Amino acid sequence: MDANIKFNTKNLDLFYGDFQALKSINMEIREKEVTAFIGPSGCGKSTFLRCLNRMNDLIDSVKINGEIIFDGQDINGTIDVINLRTRVGMVFQKPNPFPMSIYENIAYGPKCQGMKDKNQLDTLVKESLVKAALWDEVKDRLNKSALGLSGGQQQRLCIARTIAMNPEVILMDEPTSALDPIATAKIEDLMSSLKKDYTIIIVTHSMQQAGRISDRTAFFLMGEVIEFNETPIIFTNPLDKRTEDYITGRFG
Amino acid sequence: MQAIKRKKQKETIIEGFFLICAFVAVISVLAITVFVFYNGLKPFVSNSYPLWDFLTGVEWRPGSNMYGIFYMIVGSIFATFGAILIGVPVAILTAVYISEMAGSRVGKMIRFAVELLAGIPSVLYGVFGLGIIVPYVLKISPMAQGESLLATIMVLAIMILPTVVSISETSISAVPKEYREGSYALGASKIQTIFKVVLPAGRSGIMTGVILGIGRAIGETMAVMLVCGNPIAGIPTSLFDQIRPLTTNIALEMGYASGVHQELLYSTGVVLFIFIMIINLAVNKLVKAKVGS
Repeated sequence: MDANIKFNTKNLDLFYGDFQALKSINMEIREKEVTAFIGPSGCGKSTFLRCLNRMNDLIDSVKINGEIIFDGQDINGTIDVINLRTRVGMVFQKPNPFPMSIYENIAYGPKCQGMKDKNQLDTLVKESLVKAALWDEVKDRLNKSALGLSGGQQQRLCIARTIAMNPEVILMDEPTSALDPIATAKIEDLMSSLKKDYTIIIVTHSMQQAGRISDRTAFFLMGEVIEFNETPIIFTNPLDKRTEDYITGRFG
Repeated sequence: MQAIKRKKQKETIIEGFFLICAFVAVISVLAITVFVFYNGLKPFVSNSYPLWDFLTGVEWRPGSNMYGIFYMIVGSIFATFGAILIGVPVAILTAVYISEMAGSRVGKMIRFAVELLAGIPSVLYGVFGLGIIVPYVLKISPMAQGESLLATIMVLAIMILPTVVSISETSISAVPKEYREGSYALGASKIQTIFKVVLPAGRSGIMTGVILGIGRAIGETMAVMLVCGNPIAGIPTSLFDQIRPLTTNIALEMGYASGVHQELLYSTGVVLFIFIMIINLAVNKLVKAKVGS
């Protein structure tokens, strides 16, 4: 097995009740790259993303066939979901900081894993906020409610919270769709700087965003991966007619 | 033209009727307050009984002109506090179970049972307490009777369940699913998510349930009357002591009392009234202060 393949899915099908949302997805996602999923609404890209840290477990009617190999292990097997989620973090579409202080938001994950030492937590909170480019803006109000931050700051806080777990992979589900252009630019910069340490997988509605930040792009349509290739190829020289139609704005 | 005018008149009349309906509640609360306070303050204003003796006395002997309610205040507070101490945790965990853990069928069943509990007349709680709880208390009690603070607390703890469960459940269900997802995505377990994120986020709603529970416990009369013992004197010092809450004092004697005796029963009502107000305001403030931080 190629050592720098982080995720490898084999014939992955997913059903919501009777509806098949993902059809035989085969994809290899590489370590320390940014992989983008694009495609029209309802094409299955977010559903696929949520398979990778088993967030679909929270929905009752979901049934999954096929394999998702993460570092050589099938994550739908007997693995510990909690352990998986500490290694594969997630940032959501709508910034969702907890209704507690900025400090507590970051310390939440490590505390859940049993970290108690105050100094250790202090250091970790600071490091995470620095990495998420938020430290300078919030260092004087760490004990204030996180809900008082702007939307962009909240989203960076959510990224910081994820970084605090020191994950190997960060999944991002349209992380900038609720943000203004300036906040979006900041998050995109952040992603580029994070990619040297983390494998990033991002779902986005914005093709420009995928073009700007990703190394590889997968185009989803009706639950299938139509094309998956290096981003420049997808955007300049797609192999499939449907990809080209979508890229050039003929539908979607 | 005529038709439009008539239609408009009709609208105005109907609106007026709604307004009158809305005022029934406002007028009622004013009328009750004024009536109770007017009668209850009379003996102190006219100096027919000293306020200090009333508030600090520990004996209630109308025959000997002794009207002290201090031991009743203590009894009411102990009973309410005990009921909250036992009932609230049970209720909150029930609510958590219904909304976060139980499958839809089991959840529905439990919810239905809780709703039924809310519909049972309070006198039947009292009868149940007298028939089942009081004999059990008697078995373990050093006293000669089972009617006691403990029996009262048990009955009240059950009685506040429906209120606290249903309001807590509503507020727990109203916690955005994004909070739960965020927590799970950070590798938190279900229990950690519930206790560290969901319950704190639903805190203000849960506290509302607790306030209503306190109101119900302190104001309950009929069920309590059957299991508390209603002694004529004595501050309760153990769970097995009898108590005489403010509410039952009024209910027991109002039917035949007259003169100063009757007026001091109204005064008991005033004290009860003030208590409920203080608790409501205090807890409200507490909730606001916590949510604000």
